[in-house]
Amino acid sequence: MSVVFKQKINGAIRRIPAWPIYALFPLPGLYLFWEALNDNLGANPIQVLEHEYGERGLQLIILALLITPIHRLTGVNLVKFRRAIGVISFVYILAHMSTWLVLDQGLDGAAIWTEIVKRPYITVGMIGFLALLPLVATSNNLSLRRLGPKRWRRLHQLTYFAAGAGAVHYLLVVKAWPIEPIVYALIVLALLFIRLWWKLKAKLRH
Amino acid sequence: MAYKFKTDLKYSDITPKLAWLNRRKLMASGAAALGLLALPLTAGAATRNQRYSTDEKLTDYEDITSYNNFYEFGTRKEDPANYAHQLTTSPWEVKVDGLVGKPGTYSFEDIVKDVTLEERIYRLRCVEAWSMVVPWIGFQLSDFLNRVEPQSGAKYVAFETLLRPEEMRGQRSRMLDWPYREGLRLDEAMHPLTLLATGLYGEDMPKQNGAPIRLVVPWKYGFKSIKSIVRMSLVSEQPETTWNMQAPREYGFYSNVNPNRSHPRWSQATERVVGGGLFAKRIDTRMFNGYANEVASLYSGMDLMENY
Repeated sequence: MSVVFKQKINGAIRRIPAWPIYALFPLPGLYLFWEALNDNLGANPIQVLEHEYGERGLQLIILALLITPIHRLTGVNLVKFRRAIGVISFVYILAHMSTWLVLDQGLDGAAIWTEIVKRPYITVGMIGFLALLPLVATSNNLSLRRLGPKRWRRLHQLTYFAAGAGAVHYLLVVKAWPIEPIVYALIVLALLFIRLWWKLKAKLRH
Repeated sequence: MAYKFKTDLKYSDITPKLAWLNRRKLMASGAAALGLLALPLTAGAATRNQRYSTDEKLTDYEDITSYNNFYEFGTRKEDPANYAHQLTTSPWEVKVDGLVGKPGTYSFEDIVKDVTLEERIYRLRCVEAWSMVVPWIGFQLSDFLNRVEPQSGAKYVAFETLLRPEEMRGQRSRMLDWPYREGLRLDEAMHPLTLLATGLYGEDMPKQNGAPIRLVVPWKYGFKSIKSIVRMSLVSEQPETTWNMQAPREYGFYSNVNPNRSHPRWSQATERVVGGGLFAKRIDTRMFNGYANEVASLYSGMDLMENY
């Protein structure tokens, strides 16, 4: 990509605010819930909500993890959108988990606890969710200043773990080998691998 | 039982036939509509077998025909409803071989010509922990097996689904070892609850539900009830079955509904009744899917945690 073109794109990006992501990205999820309330999601609406919210959450985490590789490989800098994307991915995953806790399990504490302890896919999903909590709690400028960029960045590498947990969670829940969870797992693997590769390369250079 | 109620009404009294046909198909195309309005081939005059029917609330026709596991057409629940129309179900033949007195290739018309079709309202419990109540049309598998005369060495029945990737798009992927295979012990196959079904809701079997002829074994997880059957073999050894080959720890040969024996990855203690909407509670799953009185004796002396 030519330098001029890159500068043009980055200049344009600078003029686009990030707040519309907060306003717009949750809308498909809200619409889906509206459809569920109106009995438009077919025979098993709870399953549709669970699946769609979970998949959307995983997609957004992947999108957030794409921003650095895009920057390094093409020079296009989308980093100003990353926080919003990350926060909304958390919102979807929270909706995913809440659907399971409230609508599917009916807030039956004993049953839920048994599932968390006994079912690897639930265990992995829960751990992934817990890993997101410090991230969403520190997705603000104040936290960034307090922690300092170095510690903040290290903390936010938990995203890698959460993305991996999400991909494994999906792989563990399906029967046979449908294509979607495999594709997501490969994408997450590639995004983690490219970072590892860069890190190794940087080390070798020193 | 969340939905237990008694009534003399039949679904045909409640939902006018054209109304539920309308919702599904009439809009699709003029040709399809004409096809549906023609007299059903087999399912017309079946009477309900009260002894073997539950009085629980029927799952809507719409739900039964749009929420299906039939991986031959894809793994999404809506895939079979979207793609099964590509399947040719007439002519249809079932090959019968192995330890039988009358092996051969039986046409669908031949198989149903002398049987008495009846309606059986059965619970259907999927291994994925959801359930339905389905008014099947069919006849006892034992009727057909008696006709083909199992020999004394026959201990099991092996079933096979059609293999036709040109019309069954899911088979173009290697996610399962096609063709789909299932099996029953001979005494299970001869049990009066075990059906060969050719329809539901008083109509010929919709393609997404396993047209033109499928197995229904109501006390086992749904995947045992193999669809679109093209082969039955009477054999002396326990046959290979698709899900058991795929994941033997997860799907046993018997796969009787058992709330006490969890799937390794999820609980089987409760189930979600399909069609209950957003705020319905799960219900407790019953041993043998509530058919323990009829079938528990088939397994007396067996450890059902081992023989899952």
